[in-house]
Amino acid sequence: MEPSEIFARLEKQFAAKVSDFKGDVQEPYFSVDAEAILEICRFLRDDAELKFEVLSDQTAVDWPKEEKIQVVYHLYSYAHRHQIVLKVDLPRDNPTIATAEGIWKVANWFEREIFDLFGVIFEGHSDLRRIMLPEDWVGYPLRKDYVEQEEYDGISTQRAPLVDKLMR
Amino acid sequence: MKPLINSLPETVFTTKVDDLLNWGRASSQWYMLFGLACCAIELMQTGGPRADLDRFGAVPRATPRQSDLMIVAGTLTYKMAKRTKLLYDQMPDPKYVISMGSCSNCGGLFQLAYSVCKGVDKIVPVDVYVPGCPPRPEALTEGLLRIQDKMMRERWLVRSNGSDERAEA
Repeated sequence: MEPSEIFARLEKQFAAKVSDFKGDVQEPYFSVDAEAILEICRFLRDDAELKFEVLSDQTAVDWPKEEKIQVVYHLYSYAHRHQIVLKVDLPRDNPTIATAEGIWKVANWFEREIFDLFGVIFEGHSDLRRIMLPEDWVGYPLRKDYVEQEEYDGISTQRAPLVDKLMR
Repeated sequence: MKPLINSLPETVFTTKVDDLLNWGRASSQWYMLFGLACCAIELMQTGGPRADLDRFGAVPRATPRQSDLMIVAGTLTYKMAKRTKLLYDQMPDPKYVISMGSCSNCGGLFQLAYSVCKGVDKIVPVDVYVPGCPPRPEALTEGLLRIQDKMMRERWLVRSNGSDERAEA
């Protein structure tokens, strides 16, 4: 299926819950309402003509000016050899969304990583804790307004930058 | 009466106890099998047949309890920094640290990253810094020889004016 056909099929099924399809890019994408993410994901996986068995990547983008954090789902179907990208906008002050763990098991670690680096809360997640940074880390480093702490657990994070003279 | 020195049979030689001890230590530096990133690949090369660290008596040990020397080879993250400190604390005295490569010297290429420790000297005392990204086996071998030099200068049986010479060496 072509990406535009995939979107048309979803639009028929879910009407206004999907929007803003953009097809003239390398990986076509569209937006999804945060509340509808679970039913849409389940439909994408189970529908015979779509059959997206794989969540090949799940990540997030921080947009401080627009006051939003965008969670991105990359789906692929081995059966039909087609792919699509879903984007969900969340408010920046309280980014909360339902977990996709029940649909694709791999979302467990993806969502832990997004929680680790962006602080997005995935409701219903079975084990939502930091996956890479230490458990006592302060802040979410991939947010644009992240400020590095003066020290971590007694280890100073400061060092006179050697490259300052080279940077202009 | 003949002087004692140089009068013994040729199979015997005389030396100072300190020199004998240091010679023994310098010729059997057991380093910890401990690699963090790409420098570890070069560390393996140094232990391999071409550079052959074994000829200086340096053999890898799989546990810090049997190691004299820690070669910090690679990018040190804060998460790993705490574990590195733990490994260092588990090593028996006297112990030595080689900081291998730019990353463990100062954070290197990744020093502006939020998760990278800006040099292993923030957590453990370093004896020799080996520059390079990564250093060639020859450079690491040179670092080992510098540690040997340092060992040979140490005095264990004499303490002059109450100070420990090891600290000054």
